[in-house]
Amino acid sequence: MENFNVFVPRLLDAREYFSAGHRACQGCGETVAIRQILKAVGRNMILVNATGCSEIFSSPFPQTAWHIPWIHVAFENSAAVASGVEAALKTLERKGRLPKREICVMAIAGDGATADIGFQALSGAMERGHNMVYVCLDNEAYMNTGIQRSSSTPFGAMTTTSPPGRLSKGQKTWKKNLPEIMAAHDIPYVATLSPSYPFDLVRKVKRAVEVEGPAYLHVLAVCPTGWRSPTAETIRLGRLAAESGVFPLYEVDHGRYTINLDPGELRPLKDYLGIQGRFRHLKPEDLEYIEERVQANFEKLRGKARMTAREDRKDRKKTGRPRPRQVKKAARSKK
Amino acid sequence: MSKRVGMEVSIAVSEAVKLADVDIVAAYPITPQTHIVEHLSELVADGDLDAEFVCVESEHSAMSAVVGSSAAGARSFTATASQGLALMHEILFIASSMRLPIVMVVANRALSSPLSIWNDHSDIMASRDCGWIQYFVENGQESFDHVLIAFRVAEDPAVSLPAIINLDGFVLSHVIEPHILLDEEEVARYLPPFRPVSRLDPDHPVTMGDFATPEFYLEVKKAQEAALRDSRAVIDRGWKEFAELTGRQYQAVETYKADGAEVLLLAMGALGETASVAIDRMRERGLSVGLVKLRLWRPFPAEDLRQALGDARKIVVLDRAISFGAATNPVAAEVAGLLYDAEPRPRIFNMVIGLGGRDVRVEDFEAILEKALGEDSAPGPVGEYELIGVRE
Ligand SMILES: Cc1ncc(C[n+]2csc(CCOP(=O)(O)OP(=O)(O)O)c2C)c(N)n1
Repeated sequence: MENFNVFVPRLLDAREYFSAGHRACQGCGETVAIRQILKAVGRNMILVNATGCSEIFSSPFPQTAWHIPWIHVAFENSAAVASGVEAALKTLERKGRLPKREICVMAIAGDGATADIGFQALSGAMERGHNMVYVCLDNEAYMNTGIQRSSSTPFGAMTTTSPPGRLSKGQKTWKKNLPEIMAAHDIPYVATLSPSYPFDLVRKVKRAVEVEGPAYLHVLAVCPTGWRSPTAETIRLGRLAAESGVFPLYEVDHGRYTINLDPGELRPLKDYLGIQGRFRHLKPEDLEYIEERVQANFEKLRGKARMTAREDRKDRKKTGRPRPRQVKKAARSKK
Repeated sequence: MSKRVGMEVSIAVSEAVKLADVDIVAAYPITPQTHIVEHLSELVADGDLDAEFVCVESEHSAMSAVVGSSAAGARSFTATASQGLALMHEILFIASSMRLPIVMVVANRALSSPLSIWNDHSDIMASRDCGWIQYFVENGQESFDHVLIAFRVAEDPAVSLPAIINLDGFVLSHVIEPHILLDEEEVARYLPPFRPVSRLDPDHPVTMGDFATPEFYLEVKKAQEAALRDSRAVIDRGWKEFAELTGRQYQAVETYKADGAEVLLLAMGALGETASVAIDRMRERGLSVGLVKLRLWRPFPAEDLRQALGDARKIVVLDRAISFGAATNPVAAEVAGLLYDAEPRPRIFNMVIGLGGRDVRVEDFEAILEKALGEDSAPGPVGEYELIGVRE
């Protein structure tokens, strides 16, 4: 650690684009993710933030945590607002009203804003092919309004609108699989990320910025307040989520699946669920059920990654060369 | 050179958008707005308008996209009607609070249910308090002209507010009328390039759309309200300079044969033309009736209207929307408030007319005015209004 200041600036932008002093809870995973994401992108960006925790804790007038151009409009429309920003830059540059320049247009929204109320706007923006990066900060509930369930809340979790009770085990439904839904939009790049793996996160953010067209990044954002977990365990929880297969780290680059972290044998689920109060009410048979489904889902993902690897091998045989990575984005001027 | 051409009003509106060299159009189809956005798509597809047409998946996203594009410094236009305006409702207030000079045409149409694609003002009246500058136009020429006027005023740094042009669906949007179009050189003289007060720029980062505690919200709203009220001076200047360019002079409130009239009819939008025919006929018969037309709805031209209504003892106020369960309907409420301390206070006859596209004929106006002539001017019961043409 004593060499931290020597090495890290070589790997990551030393500048901060997201100030300390914002009003997030202790141990908030969203803030760690935002800080890393902005470092990966750098100053040439415009950020559209949906209503939710990240927007509220960062922008209490007259203060702001943002050192980049930032706009918040509403809860469900960050993808649509970002569409407008992207279209504006493209047009103004084409018409010579703005100098030509690579500016990353990014939308950031919670899982409620993404999976529920803003789902249509997101699907529309991805389908239209805007050159933008959409980031879902998934803390697995509507945290800003007081921990209500979303369609991204995992099975069994206690929230204020999925309380366990005599007739209920908590959240009744399985977590909506947003990354796969986005991959089904056939956009150039989809990835899952976790601030517990900063270098993986930074690489994926850079790739998302680099590809031409829309990219979707799904970030696991641990929320000690909503998950009833110790604030000092945020980073470890992110790792446990990946190692247990609950939140697999993978990417879909132009349709090609790669699992970035496959622990082989998945870590026992109770290591991950056990330190979260939101699952405290679950019985051993509930954990078994969840574990089975988590394993099955991971297997499905492995199948897709194997398919990609097979196609790559076939390609290599045919061409004698490894399959080329999709070319970098053409400069905007060429469009 | 200005030329006079016959074309559908929707097409003329799109041509004005083209002449304004708009950068971004984001829109979603809804009858009777469709011809406007279809023609804009064609203009973009043919390269006649260098803009992006963002073909969004809903009106909510249309309004959101133009909020984004305007904040990024692009001249931005959209058009909608009815359910589409209702779906935008949430974002309308944000666009004006964020002081983004978007221009929108609303081809006014009834609100469901029952579903009706026909004309009235239910859509805009439900979004009346959204903080936008709001014009009502009466014919094709006014529609065309007001696209340019609206951009010019909205983008003035002293204003920096969005504007709605209300244009009656079908009865105006779909008719073919003669238009005198401006040429590019004339437009360039009138409408300078858009220079946003503030924009999303990595070289000068700004935070837009923060959240405000009770210590700040009130002051922000006061500033917003002051900006809308103060826009009036810029609107008047916009009309004056437009008159210098084209000879067509617009005013917030216009009168037609109103001098000394015993009964005045107050109308907005395309009904004004029909009403003026009724006034002509009745004047020929020696009846003391006149017409007052409200072109500017927000900021409300209170002084102008008070003067235009003058000493008339009886005023027929037309409403094209019902304010369900209210003391009275939207326009009548405004006028009644305005005349509260008039001495003597005139009598207001509130008529709700042409709802959901119910046909309004010259004879209807004659009947309304004759009835008012026959009544005395002592104020009637509060909230009384007549639904013209309703079958009991
Ligand atoms: C149209 C609308 N409905 C509801 C709300 C209230 N609201 C604000 S933030 C929020 C939840 C945000 O949850 P999520 O998107 O998961 O983000 P988080 O706060 O958890 O980061 C809700 C319901 C709103 N602002 N706008």
